[in-house]
Amino acid sequence: MFEVIGERINTSRKKVQAAVEEKNAEYIIDDVKKQQEAGANFIDVNAGARIGHEKEDMEWLLNTIGPITSMPLCLDSPDPAILEMAYEMVEQAPMINSISLEKDRFDTMMPFLKGKDCKIIALCMDDKGMPVSSDDIIERAQKLINELEAVGMKQDDIYIDPLVQPISTDSTKGIMVLDAVRQIKKQNPQVHITGGLSNISYGLPERKIINRTFLTLMMDAGMDSAIIDPLDSKIMAAIKTTDMLLGSDNFCMEYLKGVRSNMIKS
Amino acid sequence: MTDFNKIQETLVNLDAEGVIQLVNDAVKEGTPASDILNKGLIAGMDIVGEKMENEDMFIPEVLMAAQTMSQGVEILKPLLGEDDTSAKGSVIIGTVKGDLHDIGKNLVAMMMESAGLTVHNLGVDIAPEEFVKQIKEKNANLLCMSALLTTTMPMMKQTIDAVVESGLRDQIKIMVGGAPVTQGFADDIGADAMAPDAGSAAKKAKAIAG
Repeated sequence: MFEVIGERINTSRKKVQAAVEEKNAEYIIDDVKKQQEAGANFIDVNAGARIGHEKEDMEWLLNTIGPITSMPLCLDSPDPAILEMAYEMVEQAPMINSISLEKDRFDTMMPFLKGKDCKIIALCMDDKGMPVSSDDIIERAQKLINELEAVGMKQDDIYIDPLVQPISTDSTKGIMVLDAVRQIKKQNPQVHITGGLSNISYGLPERKIINRTFLTLMMDAGMDSAIIDPLDSKIMAAIKTTDMLLGSDNFCMEYLKGVRSNMIKS
Repeated sequence: MTDFNKIQETLVNLDAEGVIQLVNDAVKEGTPASDILNKGLIAGMDIVGEKMENEDMFIPEVLMAAQTMSQGVEILKPLLGEDDTSAKGSVIIGTVKGDLHDIGKNLVAMMMESAGLTVHNLGVDIAPEEFVKQIKEKNANLLCMSALLTTTMPMMKQTIDAVVESGLRDQIKIMVGGAPVTQGFADDIGADAMAPDAGSAAKKAKAIAG
């Protein structure tokens, strides 16, 4: 089953930032409930946008969200001290967003992860920057998987983000990621593939049709999770429909349920 | 008599063969290479930049226009003197320390080059002291910084502080950009300008440093 990480609780979104500043719990609770109803499996919580206030903002968001949802949260911060606090605050084993091969990030995140009960998003980024080829992505992913397994993480808890890049600046960027994902899944069938999709359409008009179509291709290649806006009903419909077409929806039950509840429309 | 509008129009229409033909014709007619460059190709790219700003043209088209322009420039190169572009600005551009994003920054650099500015693209993960060193070495009059992460935005402020400390602030204008960067943030950290896209970045660069 495809896992949706709802991206909306992020203080870089104006309305969320305003809600955090005004301590408007109602707005946050309402948003989380909507994401849950729309089919999110995790709620990403990012409090990084108000520089200097990340700790208090994260604390307030978690205190606000914690009591009203049984869904696991995705704790989104580059700062292990904040993640440590957040980890102690959540009821369920969270997802952590994220580690990468950038030396500073890697060296501070590895001790944090050791012995923790959590899932981890691992970005195929290193100190040289974004990956430049399929092989580059595959190599970085394998390194991350090996290192994470070495500190006791299960493959099933590892979510590789291959880093989708804009097709507008290089028409081979779609194929590059698709090929890499196929290979990573072949070598590590238990590992998950996740990430944002909207980078693919950067610099082009009518972005959502590009994002949706790319998602379908990525799911065929082995992507089984994504960081998206669950309130975008068209992308959620594309996910359910693709799940069915790829054989993971017995008797098309989920698809039909989606149609009857008006979530899926042609 | 060379029709510069025709060159501009042909470039904006992404007709590479047409542009090359027109540039060759203009050279044969004896039109000065600097005029073909400034009034034809660079003026054409200015239109492309504006269209990009207004979302009438998109990144792949802008890249194609820039490629076409550089083919035209190749024809003109042997005929051009040192001082033949109308824009005199010397630009230092880079992504700040701790940040490895370069796609948007490279587009900005490309549009500035196409606008006739001399661009020194330092790359990504550039420390404040390296920016300062390069400003001195290249005798630049415009510094452009990019940051794509809320976590690396403060590095723009630190870089500006380093420029102030080095005593170079008076000789250089500073422009910032990147997805999370707002005009308010640019004002707060003491930048001279903020550009939301590559088209407007090139236009602003010419206005404040050209």
